Amino acid sequence: MQLMRAGWILLLAVPLCVRAAVLPEDRFDLLGHQYDGGGMQIEGPSVLVRKSFADTVAVSANYYVDEVSAASIDVVTSASPYTEKRTEKSVGLDYLRGKAIYSFSYGNSKESDFEANSAHFDLSQDFFGDLTTLTMGYSLGKDEVFRSGDNTFSDEAERRHFRIGLSQVLTRDLVASVKAELITDEGYLNNPYRSVRYLNSAGSYSFEPERYPRTRTSEATTIGLSYYLPWRAGLHGEYRMYDDSWGIDATSWQVKLIQPLGQRWTLETRYRRYNQGQADFYSDLFPYQNAQNFLARDKELSDFDSTVFGVGIGVQFNRAERETFNRAGLHLWVDQFQFDYNNFRDIRVTTLPGQEPLYSFDATVTRLLFTIWY
Amino acid sequence: MTTRIALLLLVMFLQAGCSIKPWVKPYERSRLADPVMNAAGHPVAESYMNHVHQAREAMRGAEGSAGGGCGCN
Repeated sequence: MQLMRAGWILLLAVPLCVRAAVLPEDRFDLLGHQYDGGGMQIEGPSVLVRKSFADTVAVSANYYVDEVSAASIDVVTSASPYTEKRTEKSVGLDYLRGKAIYSFSYGNSKESDFEANSAHFDLSQDFFGDLTTLTMGYSLGKDEVFRSGDNTFSDEAERRHFRIGLSQVLTRDLVASVKAELITDEGYLNNPYRSVRYLNSAGSYSFEPERYPRTRTSEATTIGLSYYLPWRAGLHGEYRMYDDSWGIDATSWQVKLIQPLGQRWTLETRYRRYNQGQADFYSDLFPYQNAQNFLARDKELSDFDSTVFGVGIGVQFNRAERETFNRAGLHLWVDQFQFDYNNFRDIRVTTLPGQEPLYSFDATVTRLLFTIWY
Repeated sequence: MTTRIALLLLVMFLQAGCSIKPWVKPYERSRLADPVMNAAGHPVAESYMNHVHQAREAMRGAEGSAGGGCGCN
C-alpha cells in the first residue's frame, strides 16, 4: 500500500526522460534492484523493452516487481512483520512529428490491498534552432484501496498531474532547465493500517487510527544545470522546491558527476541532501484522543533530513557486426542513505512518553543493470 | 500609463527576440551530445531511484531535470 504512492513515479519517469525531437533508443534493460534499511528489504527486477519503427514511432513496455519483507519501526511497534508483492506493468508509445514528440503511456500496479491505473500524455517540442525544448504533460490516475483482513473496507482516490518544463542550451558546454509539476489528489489518501499515539489518563500512551484530509494539492519546481567539464566529464546540479496544501515544505539539491575512464568504463558519483518540514496535522504524540480533525504520525510526513552518497561503475562493449545488437553494457550503482528525524521518536525504547530518543536509520540501495542496444 | 509602458516594453522585448539568432551552431554541439551530458541515461535505473526517494519523502513531482534541448542528432 505505502509502495503505491511512490510507484506512480515509475510510470511518469519514462516519457519525461525523452530527449526532444529524437525518439528514445532501441534498447533492452534488465535491472535488479535491492533496498535494505530500517527493517525493510525490498527487491525485484525491472525489465524495459523499446523498439522504434520507421524513425517516427517507438513503443515500449515495462514490467516491474517489488518483493517486500517488512519489519520497519512502524510495523514492529504497531503490527506484525509481513511480506508483500507489488507488480507493475506499463506500455508506452512515442510519436515523432517534425520537431515534436507526443508520448502516451498507460500503467497498472497491483498489490494484495491496492490497485492503481494511470494514463499519461506528454508533449516535447524543439524550437529556436533546437536550442530550446518545451515539455508539457498530464496524467490521470485512479486508485482502489483495500484493507487486508477487513472485507468491508474499500475506498478510492483520483490523482491528476499537470507538468511543464523548459530546457535551454546556453553555451556549447552548458544546458539549463526548469520544470514545474502540480499534483492534485482527491479521495482516500490514508494508509489504512497506520496509527497515531496519544497520551492516556494512566500517564502512558495509546493508539488510534490516522485520519488524513481527502484532498491534497502540491507543487514542485526543479531547476537544473548540466556542464561539460574540460577533461570530458558531465557535471549535473539540481535544486528542487516543494510545498503542498498539507503544510509540508521541502527542498533538495543534488550534484552528480559522470566521468568516463578510457573508452569503455564510466564512473558516477552523486551527493544529495533533502530536508522537509512536517504536515500541519502531524504529531509524534497527541495530548489526548481525537485531539484534532486530522491526525498523522507517518514519519514521511514529519520533519526530517536525509543525505545520499552514491557511486556507480559501468562498462560497455561495442560490436562491429550489427546484425543482432551493436552495444551491450553492465552498470552497478550503490547508494548509501541516512535519515535523521527531528520529531519522530523511537518508541521501541521504553521511557516516559515524549522522552524517547529521536529515530534515525540508514539504508543501502543497490542497482545492477544489464543493457543491450540494438 | 503603467499599462502603456508595460505594452511598450513587451513590444520592445518581442522585437529584440526576433533579432536573436541561435548562438550555438549545430556543429558546435558535439559536447552536448556526449552521453556524459545525460544525467538520466539509463531510464529504468533512474526511475527506480526516483521511486526510492518518493517512497520515503513527502516531496513529489518535477523529478529530474527536463530532458532534451541539445538538438544534437
